Order: sequence, then structure tokens, then C-alpha cells
Amino acid sequence: MSVQVTGSQPHIEVRGLTVSYGSFVLMRDLNFTIGRGEVFIIMGGSGCGKSTLLKVLVGLKRPSAGQVLYGPVSFWDVSPEERDKVMRRAGILYQSGALWSSMTLAENVALPLEQYTKLKPAEIRDMVAYKMALVGLAGFEDFYPSEISGGMRKRAGLARAMALDPEIVFFDEPSAGLDPVSAKLLDDLIIELSQNLGTTIVIVTHELASIFAIGTNSIYLDVETRTMTAKGNPNELLKSSTDPKVVRFLTRGGSDQPDGLKGERI
Amino acid sequence: MNSHSPPSISLDQPTPDRMRITVGGRWSLGASPDTAKAHAALSAGCSALDFSAEALDEWDSSLVIFLLGVIRRARQSNMEVDQSGLPAGLNRLIALAFAVPEREGAARNAIRASLLERVGEASLSIPRKLGDILEFLGEATISLSRFLRGRANFRWRDLLLMMQQTGASALPIVTLISLLLGLILAFVGAVQLRVFGAQIYVASLVGIAMVRVMGAVMTGIAMAGRTGASYAAVLGTMQVNEEVDALVTLGVSPMDFLVLPRTLALVLMMPLLTIYANVMGIAGGYIVGVTVLGLNPMEYLMATKAALSLANVWIGLIHSVVFGVVIALSGCFFGMRCGRSSSAVGDATTSAVVSGIIGIIVVTALITVMCEVIGV
Repeated sequence: MSVQVTGSQPHIEVRGLTVSYGSFVLMRDLNFTIGRGEVFIIMGGSGCGKSTLLKVLVGLKRPSAGQVLYGPVSFWDVSPEERDKVMRRAGILYQSGALWSSMTLAENVALPLEQYTKLKPAEIRDMVAYKMALVGLAGFEDFYPSEISGGMRKRAGLARAMALDPEIVFFDEPSAGLDPVSAKLLDDLIIELSQNLGTTIVIVTHELASIFAIGTNSIYLDVETRTMTAKGNPNELLKSSTDPKVVRFLTRGGSDQPDGLKGERI
Repeated sequence: MNSHSPPSISLDQPTPDRMRITVGGRWSLGASPDTAKAHAALSAGCSALDFSAEALDEWDSSLVIFLLGVIRRARQSNMEVDQSGLPAGLNRLIALAFAVPEREGAARNAIRASLLERVGEASLSIPRKLGDILEFLGEATISLSRFLRGRANFRWRDLLLMMQQTGASALPIVTLISLLLGLILAFVGAVQLRVFGAQIYVASLVGIAMVRVMGAVMTGIAMAGRTGASYAAVLGTMQVNEEVDALVTLGVSPMDFLVLPRTLALVLMMPLLTIYANVMGIAGGYIVGVTVLGLNPMEYLMATKAALSLANVWIGLIHSVVFGVVIALSGCFFGMRCGRSSSAVGDATTSAVVSGIIGIIVVTALITVMCEVIGV
């Protein structure tokens, strides 16, 4: 499983994808490949459809046209049971953690294990303790999600997403609502996952610091043209992109000066 | 400079084709001067506009709004606007407001649809809603069949917890409601029956009414308000929190994991609560019969026993089971179809309770007619 060569094999291929709500086309003509072991960033301004694209990739929203290929499996052309099988090898960290609030953190992390493994209760307990320790929450097993802070909830969500040692982990705005230090810790955790386990990481974000620190590949979704206007390593894009919108996004509107009153804002 | 000087606007024309607006004093929200006059005077045919703010003391958004309006109007009538007479901070705020042009089409055009159009749209949405309900019922049935084959994916612990929450925890309110209902039925009946000296028939009136239908109906209404609402609110909040999405992407059917234990719990608990409500209702009638009407306690109980047939008890229990299904499914349906905001959770809860109660009344009517037809 641990393929160290970045992007050597495709993990997910997206072909001609169009996503719409009723008659409103949110995004059209998306074509990109997420390689195994990559840290793939989906970026773009607010309202460009980043989170909706993520929903399409994880099976929560059906696209109106195009294909999502997980290896040979065309994700949206197979039965829901087949889709479940694909998703069993994936973990998702939702924006707010989305922990099941009627269960303790330990029960949250244990549920995927109870569902899909034949581990004995004692083994599950050990596994849960290990995953909780990985995200720095050792000792919080018996807390309910409402009793901990937002950042801790996010980390617990990550522990749950990693419970089944997934081949791919999706992150929906991982640093949103986190203080800079916690955001950095989460970034470090993501790099660890990617480098040590060979896990493919897909991140929806507009947090520039994270994009440059961890991204190895990316696409940029443009709000106005409703499609992707750039792809590639974000650091390369910053150097070589000629698209003014992409450059403006990656440079915080063209300048790091906080005056921001040059007539145009993103 | 007096810090409490009132805000002022004055207009003058230093040259015939140039207009100057002088603002002064202390501008604050709620204490701004009459700006309409300045706006009116602006259209007096000058080709340039400038400002003077030497006497300006303090200002806030009220001044910015006034100047924005003036500048916008001046630009529309092709006047040359010179803002150099305004303080730098004020100019920057004005520049900010003009920086991002209003997005075309972003403002909602409030076109009021005609009555015919609205009626048409409402009617056209009915098949879609019915289809949605049928789909939900179908999924629930499939989930039930998985349960019967022992393959449903849920935690028994959840079922037991739900049974405790919908059953044991509901005893106080069911006690109160059915005891009082028994009292009321007995009082109302007694007033009529006393005329004929037939007070003893209060026992059969209360007994049959409670056991055959009222016990189940009152329990059902209490459960619709208590449990149906709670199902809708909990599932709706889980939708808002993406908790349902997290189940779906884990490959766990929310039908099995969330809807099934809730429905089973209520369907199992409703008959038990109804039997309890029947007993409480009869106790209420007994209290009135013995204390107010002066009936012999033994006589009252014997009359109740003679009046009740087992068929009545069964009919009451059938009511209660069907009510359980209706209340649980309407609560779960509106919870699962909840939107992604806090007001959507409120709407879901309201709809769940309303349709739960409507369902109870309709089902009661149906069962009553059916019993009439088959003669029980």
C-alpha cells in the first residue's frame, strides 16, 4: 500500500465532471487526476463549489455529467453497495468534525471498526486508544463531543476518519476555525499520514499557509467561469502561473500589505 | 472647536458652474441633519462638485452614507467630483464602498407571482412530495425486512435507550393526561346520566371510551408532541451537523441506524403506554364515580368489568400500534429531510408534530369506520 513515489499511479480520475443544483450549473468540465500518495488541494474562492466537489468525490452528491474513477471503478455508475465498498477504504474529516453527538469519542472511533472488522472488544479498545493518542487526545475517550473544544472535535474526527487505516483521506476545510498553532499541528499530522503510510490526501481549503506547506498537487476552481482554471503543484503555480486570478488568489490579492484598498478585492 | 456642535450641511456655489457642499459639526447615527434638501439642491445644473469639511468634528457611517448618495448622484448626472476637501479616512471608506460593484443579479427581484401561478406551482409540487414520502416509506419497509432477517445494521443499545426515553420517561405525562381525561369523561357523562338516575352507566361510559379509543388517542397525541418532536429535532440537528453524511459515507444506512430503532421503540412502547393510560383513565372515572356520584366502589368495578369486552381492548391496542408507526415515521421523515439551518430544524419539528396529530385523527377515523363495517 505504501507507494512512496508521489503521483506515480492515479488514485482518482475525474473526467468531464459537471455538478449542478437543479438547473444551476455549479461547475463544469472538470478533468484532473489525483495520484496515489499525493496531497491534493482543491482551492478557490468562497462559493466556487469546493465543498460540493468533495461531496461528489465521496458519494454524497450525484454529478449531472461526467465520471469519477476510483481505479477501474466508475464511482457513479455502479450500485450504492459498490460505492460503499469504495468508501470503506476512505476516511473523511468533515468541516465541523461531524462526530455523532450521542456517542462518546471512543464510541465514535470504534463504530467503523465494529462495522467492518472482526476485532474483539478488547482489541477495538486498544485500537481506539492508539488512534486517539495519534491525534493527541489520549485520555478523552469517554468525553462526549459537546464537552470538548472545536479543535479537539476536529482531531477526534480525524481519529475516526483514520480508524480503518484508509488509503485516502478527504479533508473539508481542515484549518477552518482552528487557531494557528492547532492548524499547524493538523498540517503536520497530514504530512505524517501522507509520508509514513502513503495515504492519499485530498484537501478542500483556501488557507494559503497550508496550501503551500503541504500541497503537492492542486486544482483551482474559478467562481466566475465555473470551472477549473489551473492545476499543478501550488508552489510551481505561484511561480509560473500566468492566470491573473490564480496569481491573485495565491498572493492574497497581489500584495501582503494589509491596506487592501487598491480598488479591487477578491 | 465645540465638540457638541450639531451636524450641519450647507450648499453654495463659489463659481456659477461649481457646487460646494460644506459639512460640519458632529455627525452620528440618529442625529444626522436633514439630507433630503441637499440631495434636491444637487440637481441644479452645475458641472462640478467639491467638498469642504473644515468644520467637521466627529463623524460616523451616517456621513459616509450621505456623501455616497451625493457622489453617486453627481456621477450619474456627469458632474466632475473633487473629493480632496474631505478627510483622508472618509475618502478611503467611500473608495471601499465603490470598490466592488454590486453583483448583477445578486439582489433578489421580488416579483410577486400571480395567484394562478402560485396555485399551479403548489399543485405541481404535490406529486414530488408524495413521491418523496413513498420513497421514505419504501426505504423504511426495506429496512424493516432487513431487521426481520436479522441483518439490519444498528446497535441494540440504541434501541433500549430509545425504549426507555419513549416509554418509561413518558409515564408521568401519560398518567396526568389519562387520569384527568377519565375524570372529565365521568363528569360530563354523569351530568347527562343523572337525569335518568343511571349514574352507574358512568362506569361503562368511561371504561369503553378509554379502552376502545380515547386511551390510545390521548397517548398518541402526547407522544406526537413529545417523541415525534424529539425525533425530528434530533435527526434534523444531525443533518445540520453532517452527522448523517458521516454515517452514509461510512456505508451505514441512516434508515437502519437511526430510523429503525426509533420506530421500533415507539411501536413497542405505544401499546404498553396505552394499557397504562386505560387503567389510569378508569381510575379517574372511579374517583368521580365513588366520591362525587356516591356509587359503591365494588359496584363501579363490576360495572366496568361487565361493560368491557376483549374486542374493545384489541381495538384500542391496534390503534396504538398504528399511531406508533405514524408518529415515529413522520418524526423521522421530517428530521431526515431537514435543511441545513437552525430554522429548518424548527420547521421539521413543527411539521412532524402537526402531521403526527393529523395522522392520529385520520387513522382513528379510518379504524372506526372499518370496525363499523365489520361490526365489532
